[in-house]
Amino acid sequence: MAAKKKTAPAKGAQTGVEMVNRPYERAFEKYAMAHPEVMCLSADLTSSCEIDKFRDKHPDKFISLGMAEQNMLSFAGGMGMAGYRPFLHTFGVFLYRRPYDQLMASVAYPRRKVRLMGFLPGVTTPGGMTHQAIEDISVMRSIPNMTILETGDATEVESICEAADSIDGPVYCRVLRGSVPRLFDTPIQVGQMRELALGTDVLIVTSGITTEEALRARGALEAKGVSVRHLHLNTIKPFDAQAMLDHIQSVKGGVVTLENHVTEGGIGSLLAEIMADNGVGKRLVRLGLKDTYAHGGSRPYLMKFYGLDATALVAGVETLLGKKLGITEDDLTIARVEAVHSTVKAEGL
Amino acid sequence: MSRRNAKTTEEIALGIRRRVFEHAMRNNGGYLSQACSAAEQLAWLYNEQLELGAPTLPMIPKPFGGVPSADNPTYHTGAGYNGPPRSDLDRLFIAPAHYALVAYATLIEVERMAPEGLEMFNKDGSSVEMIGAEHSPGMEVHNGTLGIGFSTAAGLAWARKRKKETGKTWVFMSDGEVQEGQTWEAIQCAAHHGIDNLYAIMDVNRQQCDGAMNTVMEVGDIKTKMENFGAVVVSIDGHKLDEMRDAAKEKHKGKPLIILANTSPFRGMPTLQRRFPRLHYVRFKSEQERAEMNHDIARALGVDPIDYAGAH
Repeated sequence: MAAKKKTAPAKGAQTGVEMVNRPYERAFEKYAMAHPEVMCLSADLTSSCEIDKFRDKHPDKFISLGMAEQNMLSFAGGMGMAGYRPFLHTFGVFLYRRPYDQLMASVAYPRRKVRLMGFLPGVTTPGGMTHQAIEDISVMRSIPNMTILETGDATEVESICEAADSIDGPVYCRVLRGSVPRLFDTPIQVGQMRELALGTDVLIVTSGITTEEALRARGALEAKGVSVRHLHLNTIKPFDAQAMLDHIQSVKGGVVTLENHVTEGGIGSLLAEIMADNGVGKRLVRLGLKDTYAHGGSRPYLMKFYGLDATALVAGVETLLGKKLGITEDDLTIARVEAVHSTVKAEGL
Repeated sequence: MSRRNAKTTEEIALGIRRRVFEHAMRNNGGYLSQACSAAEQLAWLYNEQLELGAPTLPMIPKPFGGVPSADNPTYHTGAGYNGPPRSDLDRLFIAPAHYALVAYATLIEVERMAPEGLEMFNKDGSSVEMIGAEHSPGMEVHNGTLGIGFSTAAGLAWARKRKKETGKTWVFMSDGEVQEGQTWEAIQCAAHHGIDNLYAIMDVNRQQCDGAMNTVMEVGDIKTKMENFGAVVVSIDGHKLDEMRDAAKEKHKGKPLIILANTSPFRGMPTLQRRFPRLHYVRFKSEQERAEMNHDIARALGVDPIDYAGAH
């Protein structure tokens, strides 16, 4: 759980980022084929979860469970009783909203080694309310025995299967798909946050896709003389509070969190709990979806509209510092814009 | 299959009813009608049908040992009362966990648990819980939320088939579960994946918590619906052991086998009919009713009335 290892962003993290196409597809196949107890379960979103080639190449390790998530969760629990480690593939939202009862009774309580691979976290889907897992972390954090991992770049997606399968119990993973930027050059080490900058004025804590936004904002903030400490979380539960506490106490100012999630129950709440539990008298600005649903649209549009992007983060830091920094949109690295209906996935779902 | 006990299955079924009756009298209520409807099914499963090893847990159940967690390395389920999870042995899930009292009585009758176990029923700090928990005697998973049992068994059976284990996976179900969508998801899944080492016997007593099922939510022809979802289904008189024995021999290659045991919720305790249609959990309304039930049911079961003075 030590968090002292400094993990630098890969070269060119802020400009000319390497984009990796379908990193999960290759990573899962490689991992699953090396581990006989790993099984691939799907709930009718096989190509959407990048396991369609796996289904075609390895039908003996693929189980189609159809649009029947309640059964899938309990079925997976039954498989776990026999020593298998099923990887469940569907959109994150379908792993816990409809089958919540089954998630509790068949997976979480008995600590089955079920790997819940939740695709399209938060606003990364144009599918609107029914498809957007905006409170999944909040739900999962409140489930005893549950581990939560979140991927923020291609390297983390490439290492998510091994990381998830190392957990002695159930694990929920927020998985990115399609074209994913490579920000890091070391795999996920469960329980170890990434220390991306060790400045002394403000602490920025991000996870998932918001880390890329923070990398964008950081350059502009530092150009204005703000010394930023930036942490990236890939393990959200369990969480080493002491390591985070040390970082909080290493900055003169306060803390800003930015998450692809509602601001209740996610990493903003996690920081609030750590600060309150330890009597830290510093300000906390929690950025994310503010007690609201999102709607259908492109990811860049949604991130701007709901204040999940670099611009929102700069504004959050300004709130914390109590002054305007004069940072313009142009000062922020041009956001990567991708069409909703890209060549990666025709329907966008 | 050979009998494991000196007692006949009929004697065990009678013993289950007597134990549940005694317990209900002394505790001013209980799951009486479930004993009436299910006694033959559970007696038959444990005494004839299931291939089980010797119990691996103490005859007198240990107290509650904590819930599963990373910090509780000694945690175990109550499955050890059904023997070890060996590849050639059968597994049983009690899907309606509120039948726990009846299941515990069965364990005592087949000498897998000591009679003292029933004294711990629903007592604080006991593992012998009112709604069977994972850690309760004879239980391996939580089934208190109805409808998840068959799915769990399907997943386990699928895995056991893949591992070429010869043991069967059985589920004791209740008919109220067919109101849950998950039951239908599970049947279609088991059929789709050819899970034919999966067996269920369902207590079709037509009762549920609110009363008679046809007044709460009509479920129609369960047999036809299950067949349409892909199961092989045999409908029998759930109090006739020969029909049960024959039903279990039904060929069902590539499909799960479900036995619909049509039963009476008053079987063996005709006086209970007075409480129809509120039979789910019978609590006596007055001392007079308790005394009358005590007298009538004791006579029907061929025992002396229970001396419950000093009990609850």
